[in-house]
Amino acid sequence: MIVRDSPATAVLRPRHTAVGGRVSALLQVRELNVLTALLVVVALISFSTPYFLTTDNLMGVFRSFSLIAIMSIGMVMVIITGGIDLSVGSVMGLSSLVTALGFQSGLPTAVCILGGLATGLLFGLFNGVLITVIRLPPFIATLGSLSIGRGLMYIITHGVPLTPDTPDVFAEIGQGYVGLVPVPVVIMLAMTIVFSVVMRKTRFGRHVYATGGNEMAARLSGVKTGRVKLLVYMLSGLIAGLAGIVSFSRYLSAEPASGFGAELDVIAAAAIGGASLAGGVGSVEGAIIGAALAGIIANGVVLMNINTYAQQAITGAVILIAVSLDVWRSRSKGA
Amino acid sequence: MSLFLEMRDVSKTFPGVRALNKVDLEVRLGEVHALAGENGAGKSTLMKIMTGVYTADPGGRILIEGEPIVIRDAVHARALGISIIYQELSMVENLTVAENIFLAREPLRASGFLDKARMNREAAEVLATLQMDVSPVTPVAQLSMGQKQMIEIAKAISYRSKIIIMDEPTASLSHHEAVTLMGQIRRLRQQGIGIVYITHRLDEIFEIADRVTILRDGSTVDSLPIAEVTRDILVRKMVDRELSQLYGKHVCHATSEVLLDVKGLTLDQPRPHQAKVKNIDFSLYRGEVLGFFGLIGAGRTEIMEMIFGMRASTGTIAIDGRQVAIHEPSDAIAHGIGFVTEDRKGQGLVLGMNVRENFSLTHLEAYSPNFFVNRQKETARCRDFVKSLGIKTPSTEQRVVNLSGGNQQKIVIAKWVARSPKILIVDEPTRGIDIGAKAEVHALLARLASDGMGIIVISSDLPEVLAVSDRVIVIKDGRISQTFERAQASQETIMEAATA
Repeated sequence: MIVRDSPATAVLRPRHTAVGGRVSALLQVRELNVLTALLVVVALISFSTPYFLTTDNLMGVFRSFSLIAIMSIGMVMVIITGGIDLSVGSVMGLSSLVTALGFQSGLPTAVCILGGLATGLLFGLFNGVLITVIRLPPFIATLGSLSIGRGLMYIITHGVPLTPDTPDVFAEIGQGYVGLVPVPVVIMLAMTIVFSVVMRKTRFGRHVYATGGNEMAARLSGVKTGRVKLLVYMLSGLIAGLAGIVSFSRYLSAEPASGFGAELDVIAAAAIGGASLAGGVGSVEGAIIGAALAGIIANGVVLMNINTYAQQAITGAVILIAVSLDVWRSRSKGA
Repeated sequence: MSLFLEMRDVSKTFPGVRALNKVDLEVRLGEVHALAGENGAGKSTLMKIMTGVYTADPGGRILIEGEPIVIRDAVHARALGISIIYQELSMVENLTVAENIFLAREPLRASGFLDKARMNREAAEVLATLQMDVSPVTPVAQLSMGQKQMIEIAKAISYRSKIIIMDEPTASLSHHEAVTLMGQIRRLRQQGIGIVYITHRLDEIFEIADRVTILRDGSTVDSLPIAEVTRDILVRKMVDRELSQLYGKHVCHATSEVLLDVKGLTLDQPRPHQAKVKNIDFSLYRGEVLGFFGLIGAGRTEIMEMIFGMRASTGTIAIDGRQVAIHEPSDAIAHGIGFVTEDRKGQGLVLGMNVRENFSLTHLEAYSPNFFVNRQKETARCRDFVKSLGIKTPSTEQRVVNLSGGNQQKIVIAKWVARSPKILIVDEPTRGIDIGAKAEVHALLARLASDGMGIIVISSDLPEVLAVSDRVIVIKDGRISQTFERAQASQETIMEAATA
């Protein structure tokens, strides 16, 4: 057959020089937009205040956005399948409460931690079953779980924070350091590496992208799309559970409002990082960079003595700018 | 017949590509003007210039009734009297017929509210001129594909169009609906409307067109009255190479070994608009190419979807003599069945993924014995297939959305062939792809059969079914109407069995 270049393929054809090839390959990286935005924001803040680029401050910033970043790893996988998980904030809170309840009953640390993780996993399983077996839309299913999770917390605590005695070693998870680096940041980095590899290099990762890219085509190619979706919701729940344990260890108090509204920050991180809510597109690294961008802006607002009430508006504006740039760029590529 | 639209030396350059090179086209009122050419010849670019989607390069001229004109955009084109009906119809399914016809120009009362009575009345008038028996208040979702197309035509007429461009209008119509459409086109011609008719089906050109303009490589090759063209001439002008026969010589590779045995296959709980497929019995032999023919809506695709686990069914399916339970596509695949579906974009490909990722999706485990995918092995295998099937792509990393229809189709076929299934079902394997690619797909199917695969070909293209099949099963109203050995099968006998 005779094939001519369509305009689109002609534009997209990589240049065949070594340097040109590498540069264009680099430009293909979706995360580059948000990474650029991150560097710009970092530069701006560090020019205007000397306190930003200090080890203490940076590590504090990292630790403060690490919880959102950790949960964004589960979220971005869910979003890539074309779904959404609104329950992560509640699940995180409930998991920290279950962990606290364990300590209050005098259970061993390992059991308490497993209890927190199991809470997350169960909620994820619940979401996954609602979505894949009963076939509820993910938005509705996880909205229900959000309310149930939060409601359970109020029922259990009657609105009063739980502050059981905990062994010192447990507090290390949220408060300790490895060298200069806070433990939650270490957990975040480790999970980023693990799940980035999972999404890029494994069969499961490929199936996640295919399911979100075209669920019908994936299913007809033999991908068990129901199982893929069930698994990503379970992972998202499990990861939110882990975030709950870290959170409890950090403050040693399980607040009834812990994690309230966190799902929006987590979704924002994934979206800033290039994930498309339509599914099929996104990355773990992108979500982490997205969480970092939001976290650093929050810190910069404080350091630069900007009215803290303006912080949310600024974060919102940055989200819109970053995502608009991304949309505009992918459209101008004709892709 | 008066000259309405004239295009002279019209060119269109995209960065790095000259899509059209000094094309001439004349469209008269009251004529059906066919536009022929392979994929990539420039038909769609030309169409988009006529409708204001693209602006032509400076240098060429477009004249309407002798007046030079610049078509600014789609709205302007419509105001000038040029409408288009795209292959993929653009209708809002949940709105009524009248609401679709008057979309974005709804008649209003003085109060600013919708004047529904007037809208429905005017819609009814337009439908009456087309002799269509559809109520203006029917939701479009309840209409058949053929009826939806008529609504698009009604819409074009209500714009008082002088020229209506139709892009592959019969691609998703049943035989009966296509016949109705042809009648409709003749009526429009009589009313003095010019039709620009784009199709891959050469038979239709000879059936309906008054004139044919042939494009190749972005240039006009020729423009002739249909009486001066034969099929051979047309094909030669389109492809610029001799295709002594459109379809190669047939060799039968069927053995007597039963590969697939289907008994009493019945669709469980068919939906309201679906064919009630009942009691389907047939066998497929190793090395056989078995054709399935039937009008659209007869139930051919439903039968295959049951075998592939996409629809609940009763009855038995045996492969290699052993009865198998198939509840999901993954079960069917595990039993050695592959399914090249009809709808490439909706079911065949993940458009956002690249060639390699689409290719390996059916057999990723072959490159990932453990958890991790071996990218080198995957790429190497994909390259082999790209080469052996002649898939034109800059690299295996190209996103499939950027490839032509024929190349996309080859990727869908490749992803199944790479699994080496025992049974390959192909549904409308050559729809919307050009002649050259068609011949290659047919040759590939024959080669696979000679290697011992059992192949089921579903097609609405009767010459294609006849050309590739060793046997033909004709489906009518959800049942097997007749089975033909190759020797007994002819266009007439098969059509008779499908419609009688």
